Amino acid sequence: MDGGDPVLGRLKDRIASARAARRALDIRGGGTKAFYGELPCGEPLPLGELAGISSYEPSELVVTVRAGTLLADLEAALAEKGQCLAFEPPRFAAQGTVGGMVAAGLAGPARASVGAMRDFLLGATLLTGRGELLCFGGQVMKNVAGYDVARLLAGSWGILGVICEVSLKVLPRPAATATLRLERDEGAALALLSDLAAKPLPLNASAWHGGMLTLRLCGAQAAVRAASSALGGIALPPETAACWWSDVRDQRHEFFAIGESELAGGECLWRLSVPATAARIDLPGRQFIEWGGGLRWWRTRADAAQLRAAAAEARGHATLVRGADKSAGAFTPVAEPLLGIHRRLKDAFDPDRILNPGRLYPGL
Amino acid sequence: MAENSGGVHCLKYGLTLHNVLRVRGFTAGGEAVAFGAEAPDAPGLDLLPLIVGSEGMLAIVTEVTVKLTPKPQLARCIMASFADIESAGAAVAEVIARGIIPAGLELMDRPMVAAAEDYVKAGYDLQAAAILLCESDGTPEEVAEEIGRMTAVLRGVGATRIEVSRDEAQRQKFWSGRKNAFPASGRMSPDYMCMDSTIPRKRLAEMLRAIEVMQDKYALRCVNVFHAGDGNLHPLILFDANDPGELRRCELFGADILETSVRLGGTVSGEHGVGVEKLNSMCVQFSPAEREQFFAVKRAFDPAGLLNPGKVIPSLQRCAEYGKMHVHRGMLPFPNLPRY
Repeated sequence: MDGGDPVLGRLKDRIASARAARRALDIRGGGTKAFYGELPCGEPLPLGELAGISSYEPSELVVTVRAGTLLADLEAALAEKGQCLAFEPPRFAAQGTVGGMVAAGLAGPARASVGAMRDFLLGATLLTGRGELLCFGGQVMKNVAGYDVARLLAGSWGILGVICEVSLKVLPRPAATATLRLERDEGAALALLSDLAAKPLPLNASAWHGGMLTLRLCGAQAAVRAASSALGGIALPPETAACWWSDVRDQRHEFFAIGESELAGGECLWRLSVPATAARIDLPGRQFIEWGGGLRWWRTRADAAQLRAAAAEARGHATLVRGADKSAGAFTPVAEPLLGIHRRLKDAFDPDRILNPGRLYPGL
Repeated sequence: MAENSGGVHCLKYGLTLHNVLRVRGFTAGGEAVAFGAEAPDAPGLDLLPLIVGSEGMLAIVTEVTVKLTPKPQLARCIMASFADIESAGAAVAEVIARGIIPAGLELMDRPMVAAAEDYVKAGYDLQAAAILLCESDGTPEEVAEEIGRMTAVLRGVGATRIEVSRDEAQRQKFWSGRKNAFPASGRMSPDYMCMDSTIPRKRLAEMLRAIEVMQDKYALRCVNVFHAGDGNLHPLILFDANDPGELRRCELFGADILETSVRLGGTVSGEHGVGVEKLNSMCVQFSPAEREQFFAVKRAFDPAGLLNPGKVIPSLQRCAEYGKMHVHRGMLPFPNLPRY
């Protein structure tokens, strides 16, 4: 990425003046994740001008793209070449951007089989809080030259720097896909998922909700066919299945749709990330399970302390994704010595704490 | 873990990082610490990718929790010969472009093939300019389908000979030469230096041509094995460490390979790390501001600089010295000055 680029120049100027005035900047992509995490604050720093695919080589399985590019535009360009972002980043709305995707570090239904957002991040160019344009990682799959700062940016919520451009690993779309639905109660579903995880099956995604286990198989035609007949259940028509998985990925499924009145009434959406083998978690409310048992979504009125205790008991952590009262913190707090490392990293990248301050944790 | 290494299967199954859930250990200050989690993620910044591949610079790791992958039911391997390096390089790109992710995609050049064949008698084609090993694994149905597609692609780009392993014994035989590449090289020369860098796959032939030229320039032989699917190259430079002239030329040869990799859009280390050997090359890949940011990351974990001091990130002063000493187009500055 060229440091003499006029768009980058304007961003540098904004950082310099914010730094001089010690004013916070709220880095903005499409604003589709403003509800997620701690409240954004500061002067808006929109990245819409920083858009476009810089290079795309399908045979290299790499795309380099500017942060303000719409995720929808990137996915369309990849689909044209039969490729995709295999980790299925959630699209909470149409105007979501690539920068927001990286900063939030979220992944969709395929996460348990293909890996997290950061696993697909090969390189990044960022503007630090000192206004320096730095480039880490690159466009190649294997790279251990220096610390992997690029991957640190995945899920950093913009607190370390303005993500300007990223190189992502892309993958071919699977040759065949099938979705099966099996009637199972929660205990039986979790047991089956554990069992399947140990088998060499082309299992790409799983979801359990309301007594139904939904499994998605992806891979070579023959492998998907053989696994489908071994697993049994009812096969969903391809169109229906594709819509259903998109709704789960983008949280448009009925389970995730919490209305304003329900939020006002104290209902919350919690994300519990736990070892996939964790036992059933018993809480008041409704549950949606993904990632082979590793992700347990709860819609509940139970308080934050109860959710965090349940997650801790399962050796995981709980994030308050949607809720009217975020006073207990959106994310599970980290303790020393990790907290000290977080503070020193923030100082190392953004000494004046002007970039998305407080977006991940208060004080950072 | 410290080098984030990855072998022949990482194109399909990921690097070490992609298979590590959590590491436990101690901070430089002596406090117990864990990075990552048994859960899919951990709260806060994702520090695990900083730790994996950090060459012991950031923490002392005492325990690693890895993800296990069910063993595939079957694996079969295609051995394909090519009459020139360019068509072997094109074959690698074409396999990927057709939407196939092989379980392994390895390339050996003619001298490497000859050395390996002489050592293990793997049945390699000694007429080929390069051979590719292209593997598929999975269910028997999946493997049959993929082997068929890969064979068609390799034929289409002009493979001069194609052999598919009939059974596990033959598959192991195909691999035996590749897996014994290093000892085979050791038989050809008193010493060898194994280099490690990564380039975009499409530059593979260009890189091998550049290495051919370097062999004359430094008057040393070099044999090549490639994790071609990942663009990760391991040239083995043959030399005699008892000859100080050869050692020096070998080091310059190695640095030339690394810097050529950077010029071709790659990196000075794919999986063997920087250590002290590649400190100078880090000056070429990163700007002073980027190197300073690395130091700042190091201080965030190890404020007193106790862990592996002097490794991985070169000082500003060292890079300044290297800049002055930099070998440009094979010419040292002030070539008439004696150097020891």
